[in-house]
Amino acid sequence: MDNRKTRILVVDDEEIVRESMAGWLEKDGYTVATAPDGPTAVERLRAEPWSILLVDLKMPGMDGLGVLEEARKLRPDAVVVIMTAYATVDTAVTAMKMGAFDYLVKPFDPEELSLLTQKIVAQQALARENILLRKVLKREYRFRDLLSNSPKMHAVFDLARVAARSHSTILVQGESGTGKELLARAIHVESPRSTGPFVAVSCAALTETLLESELFGHEKGAFTGAVSRRKGKFEAAHGGTLFLDEIGDVSPKLQLDLLRVLEERRFSRVGGTESIQVDVRIIAATNRDLKKALEDGRFREDLYYRLNVIPITLPPLRQRREDLPLLVEHFLEHLGVELGRKLEAVSAEGMRLLTAHDWPGNVRELRNVLERAAVVASGPILDVADLGLLEVHTEERQGSEGLASLEEVERRHIAEVLRRTGGNVSHAARILGIDRVTLYSKIKRYELRKEPESGT
Amino acid sequence: MGAIYLWWIGGGEVEERLMEEVRAQVERVLRYPARVWTSPERPVDTLDPARGQHLSTRILRWLLAARPPEADRVVAVTDVDLFIPVLTFVFGEAQLRGSAAVVSTARLRSNPGAPSADPRVVTARVAKECIHELGHTFGLIHCDDPRCVMARSVSVPQVDAKGGALCRDCRIRLEESRREVGGPHG
Ligand SMILES: Nc1ncnc2c1ncn2[C@@H]1O[C@H](COP(=O)(O)OP(=O)(O)OP(=O)(O)O)[C@@H](O)[C@H]1O
Ligand SMILES: [Mg+2]
Ligand SMILES: [Zn+2]
Ligand SMILES: [Zn+2]
Repeated sequence: MDNRKTRILVVDDEEIVRESMAGWLEKDGYTVATAPDGPTAVERLRAEPWSILLVDLKMPGMDGLGVLEEARKLRPDAVVVIMTAYATVDTAVTAMKMGAFDYLVKPFDPEELSLLTQKIVAQQALARENILLRKVLKREYRFRDLLSNSPKMHAVFDLARVAARSHSTILVQGESGTGKELLARAIHVESPRSTGPFVAVSCAALTETLLESELFGHEKGAFTGAVSRRKGKFEAAHGGTLFLDEIGDVSPKLQLDLLRVLEERRFSRVGGTESIQVDVRIIAATNRDLKKALEDGRFREDLYYRLNVIPITLPPLRQRREDLPLLVEHFLEHLGVELGRKLEAVSAEGMRLLTAHDWPGNVRELRNVLERAAVVASGPILDVADLGLLEVHTEERQGSEGLASLEEVERRHIAEVLRRTGGNVSHAARILGIDRVTLYSKIKRYELRKEPESGT
Repeated sequence: MGAIYLWWIGGGEVEERLMEEVRAQVERVLRYPARVWTSPERPVDTLDPARGQHLSTRILRWLLAARPPEADRVVAVTDVDLFIPVLTFVFGEAQLRGSAAVVSTARLRSNPGAPSADPRVVTARVAKECIHELGHTFGLIHCDDPRCVMARSVSVPQVDAKGGALCRDCRIRLEESRREVGGPHG
């Protein structure tokens, strides 16, 4: 086995100790460095990865326990062994509690040190192998950045892989937070256009006029405020992919404009006459029920058929609960890096709660719940209390005692949806299936704004 | 032409038979000229009075200054017990890719459970440890082959268990390192 990859840092204030110990360990082929004091050790910890730290307990300034504490934060994978000349049970217990791997009383037998390093190296190799193995397995469960264990999603991945090869327009449908944008980006990256631009436009965020100029650009003086000529997103996406997000929110006039572009692959800027031709692959997405909008006459049938060449529907998270463990692990890994902390898992009881939850905000909601939990949790395990989810009440209670009125249930549900969407009324209205005006009136009636957390 | 110098720096009388036998083994296994060197000079300030042992790292430092200039490498043999600060004892110490090494006969003389070992057994052990430490000066690190002289041995039974020669891999590595530094050909 190649020991060079095992990097050992010896931290001791005595030069002769550093020199002799480094010399001893080097002969096993390890990569060894030394630090004369705590602050230097912390600096080196920050700068490079380490496998093992052999740290003297008593040092002037920052002592061994101080280094141990920093090491647990900066390099949670590094194994820390504390060395001391005086064995006191108290410090040994403290060191172990703080996450030291072992505690050596100086001087120790060469055999002891030899066995200890071998044991650590073997364990770390095993851990690395496990991670590698998991990564290999994970690759089959993913389409670019989208992860899933569910057969429904695997069918989506297969379809998306094929669709990526073609130039046809794709319509991605799915509830809010199911990964529509992520999928659109993944398709772009997998497509022959991956070297071209990926341009995303949210059709819900802008007024009709602004969206029109955003999409098609405008000539100087096309409208008040159009002080210079501007290229639109269609032009910007030339040679690449244009992602039309929230296509269900587009006004009737723009629906017609879009229909023309899709039919003719050419358009002119607002206020202009020049006909511009672009080579753009369109992926549209919506979390609305387009079929229903069609029936209600809110969405043009001809546009729908132009967009719906390759339909891809992302199933909501509650229909693929088997994805929870994988997604939880994935998000914890990312959050851990972001927060610079080791996040190991959600407790068993916490997982039970996550599995029982309905996830109206889907994967985004899961991410938000975990992020919140990671921030409030004190250790590497996220527990029920950290998750901030309502306990699910199974129908254990008999009789009508304590049952809420329909109004009370509505009030509580709206409050909960508002909380999950971070108070975003448009988003919440969509989840609740009512328009924003109705939602505003309900918020007012139930006085939800003053105390958004009340009743939960 | 340079050579490996074997130097008795013990407190007791020099054991000429032991030194000559070790010299022959070193020359044979490492394929490098070796000679026994005698000088009355002894290291100073290496004894730790509390431990009653000598600090081998200090002896190495002293050797670098005290060795004869014509020596390519020097391996000192001593009868005092050696240690490095964190360990209870060491059989010897060498500079990795350096030019000095030291080996103690103190523990190699004893047999677990018996007062002293057969002189031939002791000679074989000292030769193994000298070759081992010199191997380090040529850049060899510990070998996974338990029969190879470069296997790490941290107890007397482990010294006895390994052979006195280099395994094939270590022999190749030794040749390579010698080609790099350009030593004499044997
Ligand atoms: N299968 C998945 N694997 C990993 N992360 C995912 C997956 N699905 C969604 N996410 C993550 O969830 C969040 C929401 O995804 P995305 O923005 O693509 O959803 P959306 O369907 O476009 O939502 P909306 O309709 O609200 O715009 C993002 O942080 C995304 O990275
Ligand atoms: Mg989106
Ligand atoms: Zn060795
Ligand atoms: Zn070998």
